[in-house]
Amino acid sequence: MNLSFSEEDLSFQNEVRSFIADNYPADIKNKMDNGIPLSKEDILTWQRILSKKGWFAVNWPEEYGGTGWTVTQKHIFQNELASANTPTLVPFGVSMCGPVIYSFGTQEQKDKFLPGIINNDVWWCQGYSEPGSGSDLASLKTKAVKDGDHYIVNGTKTWTTMAQHADWIFCLVRTETTDIKQQGISFLLIDMKTPGVEVKPIITIDGSHEVNMVYLDNVKVPVENLIGEEGAGWNIAKFLLAHERTGIGGIPALKREIRRLREITSELPLGEGFLKDDELFMDKLNKLEIDLLAAEYSELRTLASMSKGGHPGPESSILKIKGTDLQQGLSDLFVEAIGYYAHPFMSEEDLASNEGRIGPDFAANVMPHYLNYRKVSIYGGSNEIQRNVIAKAVLGI
Amino acid sequence: MDFSLSEEQQLLKDSITQFVDKDYLFDVRQKNIKSELGYSSDFWKTFADLGWLGMPFSEADGGYDGGPIDLMVIMESLGRGLVVEPYIPNVVLAGGLISRLGNEEQKTNFLPKIISGEIQMSLAFAEPQSRFNLSDVITTAKKDGENYILDGYKAVVMNGPSSDTLIVVARTSGTQLDEKGLSLFLVDPSAKGVSLRNYSNVDGSKASEVTLEGVEVSTSSLLGDEGNIYSVLEEVIDLATLAISAEAVGIMEKMNEITLEYTKTREQFGETLSSFQALQHRMVDTFMAYEQTKSLLLMCAAKLTDKADDATKAVSALKYQVGIAAKQVGEESVQLHGGMGVTDETNIGHFFKRLTTIRAIFGNTDYHLKRYSAL
Repeated sequence: MNLSFSEEDLSFQNEVRSFIADNYPADIKNKMDNGIPLSKEDILTWQRILSKKGWFAVNWPEEYGGTGWTVTQKHIFQNELASANTPTLVPFGVSMCGPVIYSFGTQEQKDKFLPGIINNDVWWCQGYSEPGSGSDLASLKTKAVKDGDHYIVNGTKTWTTMAQHADWIFCLVRTETTDIKQQGISFLLIDMKTPGVEVKPIITIDGSHEVNMVYLDNVKVPVENLIGEEGAGWNIAKFLLAHERTGIGGIPALKREIRRLREITSELPLGEGFLKDDELFMDKLNKLEIDLLAAEYSELRTLASMSKGGHPGPESSILKIKGTDLQQGLSDLFVEAIGYYAHPFMSEEDLASNEGRIGPDFAANVMPHYLNYRKVSIYGGSNEIQRNVIAKAVLGI
Repeated sequence: MDFSLSEEQQLLKDSITQFVDKDYLFDVRQKNIKSELGYSSDFWKTFADLGWLGMPFSEADGGYDGGPIDLMVIMESLGRGLVVEPYIPNVVLAGGLISRLGNEEQKTNFLPKIISGEIQMSLAFAEPQSRFNLSDVITTAKKDGENYILDGYKAVVMNGPSSDTLIVVARTSGTQLDEKGLSLFLVDPSAKGVSLRNYSNVDGSKASEVTLEGVEVSTSSLLGDEGNIYSVLEEVIDLATLAISAEAVGIMEKMNEITLEYTKTREQFGETLSSFQALQHRMVDTFMAYEQTKSLLLMCAAKLTDKADDATKAVSALKYQVGIAAKQVGEESVQLHGGMGVTDETNIGHFFKRLTTIRAIFGNTDYHLKRYSAL
């Protein structure tokens, strides 16, 4: 057992750190540090900077453009990105659809789709949930009927994150109705420009437009856009969800945020002193920090065992539950920290304007963040579903 | 980054696991804890023969040069067996202090006998008012010519009843809470002025209340420098905290297994208990509590091995987490066993009792959270 960084690891850490320092655009950094929403172009700019360096699809096999890094190097990289408060990478292409395509796709499909993902030419979104199929994902009803060399797709997808920016959507569709609902599901790639695809925004309680409804009305999709065999989509869906869940814990970002909250406790006045003098508050902060430390090492254990044998398994469900608990817990502590100044609502326009904030600078995003983060225990398979997964796969019930 | 055990560590783990599974049967343990000694001297001999008692000592001292990770492996495996034999009092506490502070004569006198299992020792550190604060010591040692005179009272001294020699923390100078001015003395429990009130703890282990009234010890009984042992005492208690946390992790792992197995066989309403989702989710939560604790245990063992700057902080993070998880895993295991969980004949309750005492040993969650915050 050896958990310390080697000389090579430390020099790698320096390399990553100086790369970020030299290449992280100042205007994007300014937006990130001040909680101003990023544009699509901002996100793509940063992702392309990483692509160009070969540091975008870090987890992919080397033959498809991955890094071949060790677990420790990946850990260092994620921590450095988060520590510098760089934009979170949009996962739908690089962490979700990409691994599906290189694991289940034909050579032709790999050649067609993987470069677009790794070079950030194509923005992907995820068509999984439907109005009638949330936690019971396998009950999905979007139908794909074969018609010559095309499928005709009809149905509605929901909670589609950033669909307003997307060029393509990967969908779970029903190609056959069977007694066992997990059968007859297929994994289909759809060009969002195809006639019959319509995106409508869903505004969430924090006032933001992040998720959408995607309506599919007689959408004509070439059969060569089917990944894997027809009817074998459920296995692909599960594979993808396990991939989705590992990063979902967001541990590196949590480490940065808790550090920030600790700084804030020394900045926020309280009576004649500062918030840090409030023992009850600091207790909660310290408890959360210990919990985070445990989650961090749980993630490292999972990564270390993954590095020895393939894909993430049910352990990723544990990381999802712990990580999202911590994300919500920390977002709540931020709200507690600033008291009344959590209440003023600032629109995206207010945030971007030069008029100045109400209350402390960081305050404007605190409540929206808390509200927005109610989603984390719901998406990616609700935490109740994760518990079902663990009960079945780990406890063997 | 490598979390796997070395080949030697894996062999050590396998050998203890085999002993626990084959020889350390629950009925035998229950009989032993009711005996006057409170454990099995045969088993203790086995521990010595298999080299477990010598693990943390240097080769020069007759040991195997084991580090915190080896200690973790031993205690986790012993925890799974609910082993009551006093490994921590002898090997980690007494052995740890003597190997770090002892002069050649003291090392020669004690270490080989600890390693061979011929001697039993205890560390008398806590006092009624001190709770977990190691520097809160009222017991005094006053220099009197070639001797020291000890007066005071030591609380809940683990392994006290079997002890051939006590190591007593006493104050040679300073005021009640000072770290400076604490000294260690090797004290014969049968010496004049020493009286022990022996008893059993709820977890089956034995302990003593020790009264010291004008106890005369020679200057050769002083272990380490007079008035200057606090940092070593803290270091050894930190290592013992890792050890008892590892024991707790082993216990929790085992309790989760036993409880899961029970719910898979026990039927109510025509179904096994494990088929009820409300219970499944609670078992997932106790499993996660165990996993979280195990992660911090590994982190802490690695940091102590590397002598990392934040190793002490890691110890407090670990023991805090042990306290939280032990309450959850312990209480839920009993609850999921229903009435059987509170009977003396079922093993789960005995695991629960030991896990519950561990919550306080070397500091409870409040103590370690405060220590973590202050570091």
